[in-house]
Amino acid sequence: MKTLATETLKTPMTTDFDPQDRGGPAQPLLVVNNLKKHFPVRGGFFAREKKFVHAVDGVSFAVAKGKTLGIVGESGCGKSTTARLIARLMAPDSGSMVFDGDGVAEYGGMALKEYRRNLQMVFQDSFASLNPRMTIVDTIAYGPQVHGMEAEKAMTEARELLSRVGLEPDQFASRYPHELSGGQRQRVNIARALAFHPRMVILDEAVAALDKSVQAQVLNLLQELKAENQLTYIFISHDLHVVHYISDEVMVMYLGQVVEQGPVEKIYSSAAHPYTRALLSAVPSMDPAHRTQHSPLSGDPPNPINPASGCRFCDRCEFTQDVCKSTTPSLKLVQGESEHVVACHMNDQHSGYTRQGAMR
Amino acid sequence: MNKPLVSLKDLTVQFTGNRKAKALNQVSFELAQGEVLGLLGESGSGKSVTLRTLMRLHPERTTSIGGSIQVAGQDVLGLKGSALDQYRGAVASMVFQEPGLAFDPVYTIGQQMVEAIRAHEGVDVKTAFTRSLQMLERVQIPQARRRLDSYPHELSGGMRQRAMIAMSLVCRPQLLLADEPTTALDATVQIQILLLLRELQKETGMSVIFVTHDIGAAVEVADRIAVMYAGRIVEMGDVAQVVKQAQHPYTQGLLASTVKASDKGKVLMAVPGSPPNLANLPAGCSFAPRCSHATEKCRQDIPQTVLTGDSSLSCWNPVRMWQDVS
Repeated sequence: MKTLATETLKTPMTTDFDPQDRGGPAQPLLVVNNLKKHFPVRGGFFAREKKFVHAVDGVSFAVAKGKTLGIVGESGCGKSTTARLIARLMAPDSGSMVFDGDGVAEYGGMALKEYRRNLQMVFQDSFASLNPRMTIVDTIAYGPQVHGMEAEKAMTEARELLSRVGLEPDQFASRYPHELSGGQRQRVNIARALAFHPRMVILDEAVAALDKSVQAQVLNLLQELKAENQLTYIFISHDLHVVHYISDEVMVMYLGQVVEQGPVEKIYSSAAHPYTRALLSAVPSMDPAHRTQHSPLSGDPPNPINPASGCRFCDRCEFTQDVCKSTTPSLKLVQGESEHVVACHMNDQHSGYTRQGAMR
Repeated sequence: MNKPLVSLKDLTVQFTGNRKAKALNQVSFELAQGEVLGLLGESGSGKSVTLRTLMRLHPERTTSIGGSIQVAGQDVLGLKGSALDQYRGAVASMVFQEPGLAFDPVYTIGQQMVEAIRAHEGVDVKTAFTRSLQMLERVQIPQARRRLDSYPHELSGGMRQRAMIAMSLVCRPQLLLADEPTTALDATVQIQILLLLRELQKETGMSVIFVTHDIGAAVEVADRIAVMYAGRIVEMGDVAQVVKQAQHPYTQGLLASTVKASDKGKVLMAVPGSPPNLANLPAGCSFAPRCSHATEKCRQDIPQTVLTGDSSLSCWNPVRMWQDVS
């Protein structure tokens, strides 16, 4: 009797939509609210004031189901810390996350263990992120076993995954990480992330350390896997070409804050923040007849320890006015756009900035 | 053509230590005074080995080197003792990928630069110090006077690389070897360093060999590009020619697999497979196992290098030929 009831209940669910999909198609898969992480800096014994590195300072965004969010920025802008906070590899100081309608690790919400099974991560250093004393098939099967899968089934699935990512199981399954090339190791990392059948994968500079010819192979594989498994990606990279290629939505970070976010074509064709403009024009030209003549930005990113008030980019910005130094700009919609937001006084009519549209 | 500043002939380098590898196989090229050559290739293609051999940085006991290197009329492979010391720094100088590792952490930038100057020229500390300061200002380090007294770890990555460039140029070398100088840097800092290198090269008229795996960076600074694969130069030519009309299938693959804005929504043209093991190279062309146009001949015989003017190519089936056929 009981089995019959579950059966009749199950059938329409599997045909109509994925039972995992709790919030429905309109609910963003992940909503992040005001995420913050400040690392204390070890000062001298007599240091009166405690200093903090503002690694992530109030980051909020949402990722729609089946889309790819690209996060770009210079080193030290907080993109990797953001990824680690989302994956809960470290606890945020404040802020909350909602995964498909359920609050993460809060009362009445989703347990952390459940959350981690739904969200997996691929790291930049393919060697450091694999256990050197485990064969790759063991590495892939290890996670599901911890989560209660039978060893035999986990092994079979691991071998299937290996062949899916292009590594022949008979030839590769019993190898150790040092016996593989960088590209192959990164494929193992991807297979390991997929072993949980996650719904979201965070790719933290996952192709940055690979050679160009291998990088293209891995990017193609990621695109195929995304379509097959209905995955949602958060793709972190400093390579603007790669982000352009793979993303639907792009978020630009500077010193722990989001300065601009919008659909990929908007960001690449009509960036509204001077920093995004500078990043885009810092890409080397591929045409020997039109070499870059001027560097778009001078200097290095400033120190993230106790940043001054006002816009954090104002020291390096060519459009800086007094208002930039005194008031911190907030994210506001770009005029005439519905999804493109930017944190810049030039975009805000009422900010007191006098040369509106100077950048255009 | 005047006498070239650098001339490499059939340079072959093998490592014979615990890990054996044929790192370089008959590499030949010439570099004129004031010319910038971009050495392009993936990891393990032998580009860094070429530079290190030019500086004689490999341990002699475990390296066997064949062929010849001439730099500014000197036989580099025959240099010994103080002649070698004079060559390093004064004739040829090197900028490393990781400036954080290349500087000595327990001496200030100023002390290290003064030491470099005084090792080559008999000047007093004060003069050497002034020259170091001028050089730091020349590479656009803000507050140069203060930076001279800083330790390497007190500088940011971009600033450290500027200091590294300043130090390598302080003895006015004729040849600058830059080993991936911008790879560890952010895009916004990378472009600053590339522009600086180009400017300094124009000003001093030195020759530069610029090693990179980033085609964009090579296009920004180089006059000529040599593409390396598995320890060989497979194609060499003018920048525009290599980028626009690559003839070697590997160069073509490399260009096609570099992600561009126009690739959005398409499947990338990837080169299948991975680079060969240098300890155990295939018999014929090293690229044959990954090449879609390989024939029986490619798998058996190593292709000869065909020179036409300034450019060279080693391939049995260059791309233009099979395009004509199809």
